Amino acid sequence: MNSKTALKSLLVASVMSFGFAQGALAQNTVKIGSVLSVTGPSSFLGEPEDKTLRLYVDKINAAGGVAGKKIELVIYDDGGDANKARTFATRLIEDDEVIAMVGGTTTGSTMAMIPVFEEAQVPFISLAGAIEVIDPVRKFVFKTPHTDKMACEKIFEDLKKRNLTKIGLISGTDGFGASMRAQCVKVAPNYGMEILSDESYGPRDSDMTAQLTKIKNTAGVQAVVNPGFGQGPAIVTRNYAQLGMTNIPFYQSHGVASKSFIDLAGAAAEGVRLPAAALLVGDKLPESDPQKKVVTEYKQAYEGATKQSVSTFGGHAYDGLFILVEAMKRANSTDPKKIRDEIEKTKGFVGTGGIVNMSPTDHLGLDLSAFRMLEIKGGDWNLVASGS
Amino acid sequence: MRALLNQRSITLLVLAAVIAALPFVFPSSYYFRVASLVWVSALAAIGLNILMGQAGQVSLGHAAFFGIGAYAVAIGPTHLGIPPWAALLVGAVLSGILAYLVGRPILRLKGHYLAIATLGLGVLVALVITTESRWTGGPDGMPVERLTLFGWRVSGSYTWYWVTGGLLLVGTWIALNLDETPTGRAFRALHDSEVAAQVVGVDVARFKLQAFVIAAIYASLAGSALAFMNGFINPDQAGFLHSVELVTIVVLGGLGSVFGSIVGAAVLITLPQALTIFQEYEHLLLGLIIIVAMIFMRNGIVPSLSGLLVRRARS
Repeated sequence: MNSKTALKSLLVASVMSFGFAQGALAQNTVKIGSVLSVTGPSSFLGEPEDKTLRLYVDKINAAGGVAGKKIELVIYDDGGDANKARTFATRLIEDDEVIAMVGGTTTGSTMAMIPVFEEAQVPFISLAGAIEVIDPVRKFVFKTPHTDKMACEKIFEDLKKRNLTKIGLISGTDGFGASMRAQCVKVAPNYGMEILSDESYGPRDSDMTAQLTKIKNTAGVQAVVNPGFGQGPAIVTRNYAQLGMTNIPFYQSHGVASKSFIDLAGAAAEGVRLPAAALLVGDKLPESDPQKKVVTEYKQAYEGATKQSVSTFGGHAYDGLFILVEAMKRANSTDPKKIRDEIEKTKGFVGTGGIVNMSPTDHLGLDLSAFRMLEIKGGDWNLVASGS
Repeated sequence: MRALLNQRSITLLVLAAVIAALPFVFPSSYYFRVASLVWVSALAAIGLNILMGQAGQVSLGHAAFFGIGAYAVAIGPTHLGIPPWAALLVGAVLSGILAYLVGRPILRLKGHYLAIATLGLGVLVALVITTESRWTGGPDGMPVERLTLFGWRVSGSYTWYWVTGGLLLVGTWIALNLDETPTGRAFRALHDSEVAAQVVGVDVARFKLQAFVIAAIYASLAGSALAFMNGFINPDQAGFLHSVELVTIVVLGGLGSVFGSIVGAAVLITLPQALTIFQEYEHLLLGLIIIVAMIFMRNGIVPSLSGLLVRRARS
């Protein structure tokens, strides 16, 4: 009996894989797909993205949908595995027949999914950070998050203002850190930056004093930049204070732009600067700021619905969804090709990440003004007044 | 003897029939993609099963060989100008040599030393792939050139379904035939009792090493096939979790059963796809189903079910 039940459950499962996958397609709905890393090592990115998409699709449908049609959201969790992401992408295209996709939490999974959408000619708005996603430009691929190249440029711009040109780099060897390090090295000459020291650490290392000591002992280093992501930068920041290096200006990246970084690094985070989206300092923006309304509304809606503090990652999903929805309205059609054309024509879209102006040669549409230079003071983010 | 031979050809025939028949019921190319993934995983699992089921050793870093095969076909054509098909062979040879070098000193020892050594090897290979970004593209992975054979560009889910299906058939055929050779008999002797095998003159260390090298080559070929199929590869495929997945497939399907590895792969690959309708309970259910299957079918799915059928037939 027992083995029979076990057998039954397995049979049911295998039958389901062929039966349930065929969802009924209602007349008055359009399907938007998403593959996110809701679980796994990148879940701190994927989870707010998932919640944001569900929250706002419900809101849009409650308000009557887009051009008279309700949105049906299909979300799959790739668990951070690029191979799974690729399979789900195929499934969205072939089986669910989505008209567009907002998703792709990590650069790895985005890169694995791009060929599927390019081949099927369905627009794909990625939520991944690295510049490879949109450079070179691919016809059907867009993205919303700022690139790591822009973060480097923003940091270097600030350094130049402070007349600091000799820097030390300490970067994580994870995807984010490695990619941003490469971009920083590439754009450094444009800003007259000289990289005197270039150190790295593993994503799971628990002490970076050795690398920092090396930078400390390099003569002439005027500032230190830490391209990194997750826990690593918090440890670097703590070690930095322990070694008494706080007299040298210290820059983090947009990868640490969440409250948990300040909590983890504690008092050591005081005085650290980083480029980040306006979303983090929504309440501190002047009333005249064009993004003020969007970011405060998103923050209220997200925090009200999820009881969690807002992060820029969920904001990227918000931007992606609304760029798509606006394009669908303008196209007044569910034809993926027409929607793609309209996404490319997005102009003056005010999102949480900045003001988006896309073009056939720019599928991101953000410039350096999208980043605000922040300084951590009194355990909170503060805007750095321009010129200081 | 004749009964054995029959059983073998029946297994092959059933597999060939399934591969040939499935396209008639598949509604879209998504199903071809999932099936191709099953064939690839099954190929790697069949190799691992020779090591685990027959030679009684566990490899906890088997994804390392899968990764070597995958990155060989990615790096070879891109950086070294080796034709894709030759890169596939280079990967297989490299994997075999690496398995030989690691296995030779360790398999002379009794006990599960190979499990620990391969665990280390797996971590090491994944680390090298992640950090040598100049060659491997780092943690974000790298694109793989399409495979071209005699001017024919192999691409598309449908084509890859037949290519991987064919590979699996050949892999199954070799694994089944291995049983008949002196090596296969030695493996079986090893599996039944290592001491007895040693007493009758089987060179235990040598045959374990052979099984390990064969398993590594199977994994490497499966890795190459996946890399070609996806046109993109990242270090996850060489990571520890993938190693665990391969071991799970073998144990779930049934140790020592070639057909079991295919069924195990089919269950483990299609189940997460089927369970997506349960959304956040997906992982919970996946774990639960595997636990239940292992409790009620302790020898793995295929051996347990065929045992049940035989008992039914007798009573």
